[in-house]
Amino acid sequence: MASPESAVNGPTMTAGAASKSLRNAFGGVIAFIILVLIGVLAFSIRLFSVIKYESVIHEFDPYFNYRVTQFLSKNGIYDFWNWFDDRTWYPLGRVIGGTVYPGLTLTAGTIWKVVNSLNIPLSVETVCVFTAPIFSAFASWAAYLLTKEVKGPGAGLTAAALLAMVPSYISRSVAGSYDNEAVAIFALVFTFYLYIKTLNTGSLFYATLNALAYFYMVCSWGGYTFIINLIPMHVLLCIVTGRYSSRLYIAYAPLVVLGTLLASLVPVVGFNAVLTSEHFASFLVFIIIHVVALAYYIKGILSPKMFKVAVTLVVSVGLAVCCAVIAILIAVVASSPTKGWSGRSLTLLDPTYASKYIPIIASVSEHQPPTWPSYFMDINVLAFLVPAGIIACFMPLTDSSSFVILYIVTSVYFSGVMVRLMLVLAPAACILSGIALSEAFNVLTRSIKNRKKEKENVEKKPTPSKTEKRLLVLPLEASVIAVLLLVLLGAFYVVFSVQVHCVWAAAEAYSAPSIVLTSHSNDGGLHVFDDFREAYSWLSHNTDVDDKVASWWDYGYQTTAMANRTVLVDNNTWNNTHIATVGTAMSSPEKQAWEIFHSLDVKYVLVVFGGVVGYPSDDINKFLWMVRIGGGVFPHIKEPDYLRDGQYRIDAQATPTMLNCLMYKLSYFRSDFIPIHKTDGKGFDRVRRTEIGKKHFKLTHFEEVFTTHHWMVRIYKLKPQRNRIRGKTKKSKSSRSVSSKRDVRGKRNPWH
Amino acid sequence: NEQLAIPQLRQSSYRHETPPTNPSRRCLHLGYFGGKRLHKISWSAPKPSPLTRSAPMAKLAIFFTLTLSLLPFLSHSFSPDTPTDRRILVLLDDFSLKSSHSIFFTSLKSRGFDLDFKLADDPKLSLQRYGQYLYDGLILFAPSVERFGGALDVAAVLDFVDSGHDLIVAADTTASDLIKSVATECGVDFDEDPSAMVIDHQGYAVSDVDGDHTLIAADELIRSDVILGKTKIEAPVLFKGIAHSLNAANTLALKVLSGSPSAYSANPSAKLSSPPSLTGSAISLVSVVQARNNARIMISGSLDLFSNRYMKSSVQKAGSPSKYEKSGNEQFVTEVSKWLFHERGHLKAGNLRHLKVGETGEPAMYRIKDDLEFYVDIFEWSGNSWEPYVADDVQVQFYMMSPYVLKTLSTDKKGLYHTSFKVPDVYGVFQFKVEYQKLGYTSLSLSKQIPVRPFRHNEYERFIPTAFPYYGASFTTMAGFFIFSVVYLYNK
Repeated sequence: MASPESAVNGPTMTAGAASKSLRNAFGGVIAFIILVLIGVLAFSIRLFSVIKYESVIHEFDPYFNYRVTQFLSKNGIYDFWNWFDDRTWYPLGRVIGGTVYPGLTLTAGTIWKVVNSLNIPLSVETVCVFTAPIFSAFASWAAYLLTKEVKGPGAGLTAAALLAMVPSYISRSVAGSYDNEAVAIFALVFTFYLYIKTLNTGSLFYATLNALAYFYMVCSWGGYTFIINLIPMHVLLCIVTGRYSSRLYIAYAPLVVLGTLLASLVPVVGFNAVLTSEHFASFLVFIIIHVVALAYYIKGILSPKMFKVAVTLVVSVGLAVCCAVIAILIAVVASSPTKGWSGRSLTLLDPTYASKYIPIIASVSEHQPPTWPSYFMDINVLAFLVPAGIIACFMPLTDSSSFVILYIVTSVYFSGVMVRLMLVLAPAACILSGIALSEAFNVLTRSIKNRKKEKENVEKKPTPSKTEKRLLVLPLEASVIAVLLLVLLGAFYVVFSVQVHCVWAAAEAYSAPSIVLTSHSNDGGLHVFDDFREAYSWLSHNTDVDDKVASWWDYGYQTTAMANRTVLVDNNTWNNTHIATVGTAMSSPEKQAWEIFHSLDVKYVLVVFGGVVGYPSDDINKFLWMVRIGGGVFPHIKEPDYLRDGQYRIDAQATPTMLNCLMYKLSYFRSDFIPIHKTDGKGFDRVRRTEIGKKHFKLTHFEEVFTTHHWMVRIYKLKPQRNRIRGKTKKSKSSRSVSSKRDVRGKRNPWH
Repeated sequence: NEQLAIPQLRQSSYRHETPPTNPSRRCLHLGYFGGKRLHKISWSAPKPSPLTRSAPMAKLAIFFTLTLSLLPFLSHSFSPDTPTDRRILVLLDDFSLKSSHSIFFTSLKSRGFDLDFKLADDPKLSLQRYGQYLYDGLILFAPSVERFGGALDVAAVLDFVDSGHDLIVAADTTASDLIKSVATECGVDFDEDPSAMVIDHQGYAVSDVDGDHTLIAADELIRSDVILGKTKIEAPVLFKGIAHSLNAANTLALKVLSGSPSAYSANPSAKLSSPPSLTGSAISLVSVVQARNNARIMISGSLDLFSNRYMKSSVQKAGSPSKYEKSGNEQFVTEVSKWLFHERGHLKAGNLRHLKVGETGEPAMYRIKDDLEFYVDIFEWSGNSWEPYVADDVQVQFYMMSPYVLKTLSTDKKGLYHTSFKVPDVYGVFQFKVEYQKLGYTSLSLSKQIPVRPFRHNEYERFIPTAFPYYGASFTTMAGFFIFSVVYLYNK
């Protein structure tokens, strides 16, 4: 409820000088209290996951970050920097220190160290779990600062309150969601704030701080390229619209120089800071701003006539030089196969790029384009307030408000390409909605205040709740007031519904840790599916430390972090060929798959199977991506072989290739015995809602060693090579049948 | 209740059922016990009862307990420490074979083997008791048996082999499906025609009567000192029996004695109507198989090959002027059985270690371009002790998906193999791999994982001379800019 009232604060400061200073002080205190409350709100709304589930790291990537933080807290920063991890990407290994954005890890590591040096014995895990909520409070305050620079403190408070509870941001920063974005959004907004602050003040101090904030952003997230492209775009916009000033120069030039130097200190960026096309825009604008500065300087010392002559001369020569430079640049860029852009950046420019060329990027769910409902789900009513905010930014258009407009326009585009970048849109939408709400209150209350001043001429305490009550009670006949009341009611409705929606989103939609699942049974009981942790702890207790576990890359981070076993591929999808090898193995028949895995020293294969409990994001549903990614590198795997008339199916109509591939066999092995579906008939898959196509088969090269309680994770062991090679004549089968019978008997029954 | 029953069962079984020669059963396997899974219940030796309190009895009991607890370590069958077999079960069609093949059996006994003769259809036949094998080797001299007695069947024989024990199978024209299926499972296919024999009109053994040329004087021996011994077998080996062939894809089986180019497999009494399926050197007369777990199997198409009569008889190969007083059978059979029962050609490798040059102790990780030393010990079993194995073809691979380094090891002739090399300029999880597969020897396959990391941040070269111009350029630019600023600002 803080937002609408606080918005009133700003415009109420219109009284005399003495009362004005008093009111300013009062308003400052209230604003401070409100900000603290917003911080508390931002922190506590994200605790649903801890209350409803437990204090646990969520999902996939956070497990890697957690593992890295553990390493950092144990071994110190130098070992972290030089960490060569031999437990992932077997046998290639991964140089963690050089391929990870260290910002989040260093932040949490520092917090842990500080807290422990104060003799507060928090575990690394606790610190990691609560890093995201803490930083979302910081992000709200940064949003306040940024919006305050643009449109005053009232808009700032509204924006901060909105950002504290926008579902899109909550989805990435609930307690336990220990991912780069948790700190990166704060860094992003804060960098923008410092840029605007420098632009408004022209202070070199803020420019330096800006470069440092940018450095923190580069440390934290690959999304820093958004900053280093957005700010040059804004600078260019200012120059083109004739808004060049020394303040703009101070805001931009130090950022490029210091920022690039600092960015290249981060190992994962390194020389990319000057080599890749993502950074070229900033250098180009850097040149342009110097040319413009020079032009203004020359204009100052030359007479207008001389200046005209000089301009024609410079323009003609300059054009020629520019053409030459651009030609060289294009030639250099074109000589590289991806035109100097990384796959993910190209996806941003051409949304169809990934689906055409890089299945590994297209396969990630958070890289998909969002649907319209997800906009409503994630930013809700803000989507309707943003246009009003844009209009408010045009009255009047300043350097800072033009920046905000540019920010929202670009982030809307990016969020439309990748659902993950909805996160970048969220702060922009909050800022603009804050501006819109604040401006609406500003405009409407101004008329009330004027009217009241005429009538009562009484000092009013700007306690907001009283103001509304009076507004509601006051018998004002003017039609303006009637409209105002309507608008106010509407606004409150909006605010209420937004809050209700946000709290619902925080509590229900985004708090699930995804390694622990719950479902409500018909009688209202809660059923917990803790299969993932069950499987990982089985691995860590029953397999050798150096055993290699093959699974699809989604489970790589969790396996290394929770089971401490070596994996072939993980969520850091840096080596497409290696992932394609695993994909090929999963889509090959048993024997070929065994050979592939054996050549990579794999001991165990882990598959996730949701057919028993109806868990939809299991490996069978992801399987077509394995085929596509595998087929992208090994052309003997062809997607049409797995589809019947273009349809992906696993029932009796499925193609033989599909029914004989390893993934099908490992998923459905023995699932025709599942006793849970007495009503459904044997071998019924609850996710695909169909009866499986091939039942009662045996595995020849793999043996089942563990299946979790709800059959969600199944672990198989590679059988050793046969001791003898049989002759040609196939007569005796007695030995085989005896051993397989024994297998079945010795197998673990999951229902006991 | 079940818990209580187990020691009782054990004790009684020990006292009454276990042969006194094998008091080494310490573990009791009860298959599918308790309705859930296999349980392995170990127990300690029984406490001396009050009756055995008197001093000598107590001493005896202590000694007995000690022996009992030590025996598993001393007399463990086919242990890696003493790979030669000791206890061999011989299954016969009838006991007359015991005397007709006595030379072979005596030679085994004289070499310290403990032979246990049984009829193949003995109803009490069993290879193992309580999960422990009673024998280290099995000789199947029962070609005509249709069904083994007792608990023995094809699967049991194959499990016996798969747990690392050795097997000799001898067939002849009467070979039953049972024997043939054992051979098939080992990778050897006997001629499917039950009446076929190996006939060789060129390489037959000259005898008084000109028979049907089924008694063959075979001299196509494998050229391997480790299988057939260092002394060359001069005289041909007499063979009369059925042919078998090996699957070409079978890398584990070897023809020790193969047919001459003129040999073929057919029914000698019938007229040849169609071309024989097995001809020439595709015919194997005696084969050996070394399974992946180094269990060794010998399969012979002739039981008579082992007989006293063939061993003693003189031999002359048709068309050959030289006549030998004694056939090569005895030497052949003895030498092959030495190899088979691991008296020869059994290697042991271990103690694989590596260290960085100039350091002691094994590092957990190497850096690229490190120099390292690699050592491995290889010994050969001589029949009663481990002798250093000397060869110049042992290689080590530094392997990550493919070998990056392949070096031949040099030996100090005391069993220690050594080499040194530089770690390649590639980081990743490597393995030291010794894969040694030499004809007749047990295959060695050792590997040890070792990660190789890139340079640390402070291990790169600093202050490279070629970079000095750049340093110079940077600093002169800075100085120049400073001077320019001073001049510009204060020199109006």
